[in-house]
Amino acid sequence: MKKLLFALLLISAFALAQEPQAVAIHNAKIVTVSGPVIAKGTVVVRNGLIEAVGENVQVPADAWVVDGEGMTVYPGLIDALSTVGMPGAAPAAAAAAGGRGGGGRNAAATPAAAAAPAARSNGPEDRPQTTSWLLAADEVSPTDKRIETVRGAGITTVVAYPERGIFAGQGAVIDLISGEKSGEMVVASPTGQYIALGGGRGGGGGGGFPASLMGVLAYVHQIYLDAEHYKLVKAAYDKNPNGMQRPQYDRALEGVMDSPRILLPATREVEIDRLIHFAAELKQPYILYGLHEAYRPEAVDLLKKAGVPVLLSMHWPEPGRGADVHLEDETLRQLETYDLAATAPALLQKAGVKFALYADGLDAPRDIQRAVKKAMDAGLSREDALRALTLTPAEIYGVANRVGSIEKGKIGNLVVTKGDIFENNTKIEMVFVDGKKYTPAADAAGGRGAAATDNPGGNQ
Amino acid sequence: MRKLLLAALVATLAALAPLYAETIVIRNAIIMTVTKGTVHGSVVVKDGKIAEIGEKVMEPTGATIIDAGGQYLIPGIIDCHSHIAGDGGINEGSVSVSSMANIKDIINPEDIAIYRALAGGVTTANILHGSANSIGGQTIVLKMRWGKDANAMIFEGATPGIKFALGENVKRSGNPQGGRGATGAVVQARYPATRMGVEDVIREAFTEAKAYKAEWDAYNAKVARGEHPIPPRTDLKLEPLKEVLEGKRYVHAHSYRSDEILMLMRVADDYGFKIRTFQHVLEGYKVAKEIAAHGAGGSTFSDWWDYKVEAADAIPYNAAIMEKAGVVVSLNSDDAELMRHLNTEAAKTMKYGGMTETEALSMVTINPAKQLGIDNRVGSIEVGKDADLVLYDKYPLSDYAKVEKVLIDGSVYFDRDKEISSRAAEAAAKQKLVDKLKQQQQQNGGRGGRGGRIG
Repeated sequence: MKKLLFALLLISAFALAQEPQAVAIHNAKIVTVSGPVIAKGTVVVRNGLIEAVGENVQVPADAWVVDGEGMTVYPGLIDALSTVGMPGAAPAAAAAAGGRGGGGRNAAATPAAAAAPAARSNGPEDRPQTTSWLLAADEVSPTDKRIETVRGAGITTVVAYPERGIFAGQGAVIDLISGEKSGEMVVASPTGQYIALGGGRGGGGGGGFPASLMGVLAYVHQIYLDAEHYKLVKAAYDKNPNGMQRPQYDRALEGVMDSPRILLPATREVEIDRLIHFAAELKQPYILYGLHEAYRPEAVDLLKKAGVPVLLSMHWPEPGRGADVHLEDETLRQLETYDLAATAPALLQKAGVKFALYADGLDAPRDIQRAVKKAMDAGLSREDALRALTLTPAEIYGVANRVGSIEKGKIGNLVVTKGDIFENNTKIEMVFVDGKKYTPAADAAGGRGAAATDNPGGNQ
Repeated sequence: MRKLLLAALVATLAALAPLYAETIVIRNAIIMTVTKGTVHGSVVVKDGKIAEIGEKVMEPTGATIIDAGGQYLIPGIIDCHSHIAGDGGINEGSVSVSSMANIKDIINPEDIAIYRALAGGVTTANILHGSANSIGGQTIVLKMRWGKDANAMIFEGATPGIKFALGENVKRSGNPQGGRGATGAVVQARYPATRMGVEDVIREAFTEAKAYKAEWDAYNAKVARGEHPIPPRTDLKLEPLKEVLEGKRYVHAHSYRSDEILMLMRVADDYGFKIRTFQHVLEGYKVAKEIAAHGAGGSTFSDWWDYKVEAADAIPYNAAIMEKAGVVVSLNSDDAELMRHLNTEAAKTMKYGGMTETEALSMVTINPAKQLGIDNRVGSIEVGKDADLVLYDKYPLSDYAKVEKVLIDGSVYFDRDKEISSRAAEAAAKQKLVDKLKQQQQQNGGRGGRGGRIG
């Protein structure tokens, strides 16, 4: 222990002066995720990449050594759908629907676009609530305070999306380094188009088209029809512009066409069914997000049949509290959702549905840990929980060749814990992002149990 | 609390919904066939269809026997105008032509109103977009197959429709000062603000649709000649209007005043399409001959009037007068509650206008079936038709009649005895869950929950 402390101190002190070229975590248990667990081994990280991992890896002479005795090394966690790093995240449209997946939103963020009222839209041709061309990679802000907060939970990587309007823009895989240059944070871009379907309150609305869910769906459908047509016309023009009217450049369609996949919201079973059919009409590769009713056998069947990967919100629905809350007055369906939502990951795992977990507005490390633990208490194994927060999201986004597991050559994103990850009393000792070491603040990772914080994620 | 219990019950019943139709014999019933008189006897249901009707029938071995005990069997009630079973609003009120919006995209098979309609004897309903726009969204015909998913609810093969609307709802939404729209939401100013403007919006839309159709026809002709032109842009707003011009989609037009009814028929004649039904059509009695000559149906209210200025000239004899003038007339609900007792709405035409029992019943069965183009499948008890049947404990054209059982496609979807007898167990199951959640909350102490709700 003294040794460890000494090593930590050394490294911390050194970090202030200069980054070590290489770090070797020695004699630690290594959960690689992609391969078998190494009971006692060494991970070497050099220049931001994993240089070596294994039982009999030599500690390089120039490496700073972390004594891993009694510690476990995991790949850095990936939050598969996040707004961390996005400036002014908290849009009007998405907020009306209760946020991503009906869960929480980051209330602290300020809606930049909401302040400036958009011109009234008179139809799809006005491209309402569309910023499909926005790139999270361009927008990412290294000064977002939440970067440090969620890193305390072992999250080294987020897949961040702009989230204003219906077509919010394209996401990026972001490494949570406290860098000066935002460009250093981007691991991959674009990852997909984030689509929100809004509140769909119906009626006149006042904000113009679309004002209902069916209007939004029609709009989204029209955009993809237009994109298909646009592609044809552009190709014809590129082939032979002579004598042909040039097609008008349409940035909304350009943004849509650039996206390798789309993200569609589906929380209730009805929505899962609806959006699976809708995605087939759009003829786009897609991912569903939200999925609070994925615990229902019918929903599991639908997802299995569709073979669609899903991002499961860990903002588990919980009954409200206080004198004005009467559980008796809620529907049986709602009560079942409170009771069973967290069983969804285990059920999807069993059914072979590819899923990743996302924090859905939970930022505090304690809340994130509890939310994962709740799924584990509801039947999800630790291995599967870990995979749903590491390699599976990496696979879903096609970046498993660089993040998501501890393998030679991959990016040096690691979480070092004392105790099993996701347990109540486990301390996250350090987090490596791009090989840079961060030590979570004591109150974030180490202070569990003492200061009880607000608990949206719930706990058993 | 009762509402809640029903909701709880219904959720469970959904899980018990029939998977396949069995052979059923309904014995000892007073069978009001609507199209073939009344028979005291039995109905045999096989493979979801009506196989035999008669005083004496061949009862297949192994058939499930339902002894009606002298109760009344009628064909499933059809509501030609309903707004249930939709998610996220049924009015795309932002624009005057919202034909791109489609009810089919937002069917909510879990809407409790479906089950309640079923408990009121409704087996089929025309689900319409709201009336905020001159040309509204696309409509869909559903069977009340409670427990099935959205696609399985769709009346397979039924011609889809589109909602038009005339008069106050449409122009009120376009009040130049803004103000309250048809649905109560505050809306911005929107053209049109007059009945003249409504006609203009419809004419302009169909002028556009004709050009669009010509563009596609020219393209298709080129393709037929073996050329490879770039296809025109698919426009979801104009597609359904093109279908109207091609006779592939029915127009259901919300209307009140006789002048606007005549206006719409003239517009339709000019552009070469038909109005399939006038909905509400409260002044239909003034222009019944013209409506009949156009070939349109009239789907009206029984005796509702004066709820707005354009409804001031309504009379309860409207249905009967239109019927006598040769219009196919149905009575609709336009309302989730009224939908549950359309049998008594039909009965009112016997008092107002002297309709016969069969004529009255026709207005909620075979006539709406004709209006929706599904009378070859439903609307009467005939051999070969879908076994959509309602068993009433008493004479169905009476306030005292209660629905005992409802079959759709030969499967029992509502059974009053089962519904009532399962309530205690359902309530207990729910209480158990409430207790469990409360206990969990207590264990978790004072931490506040604010998790996502579903609703």
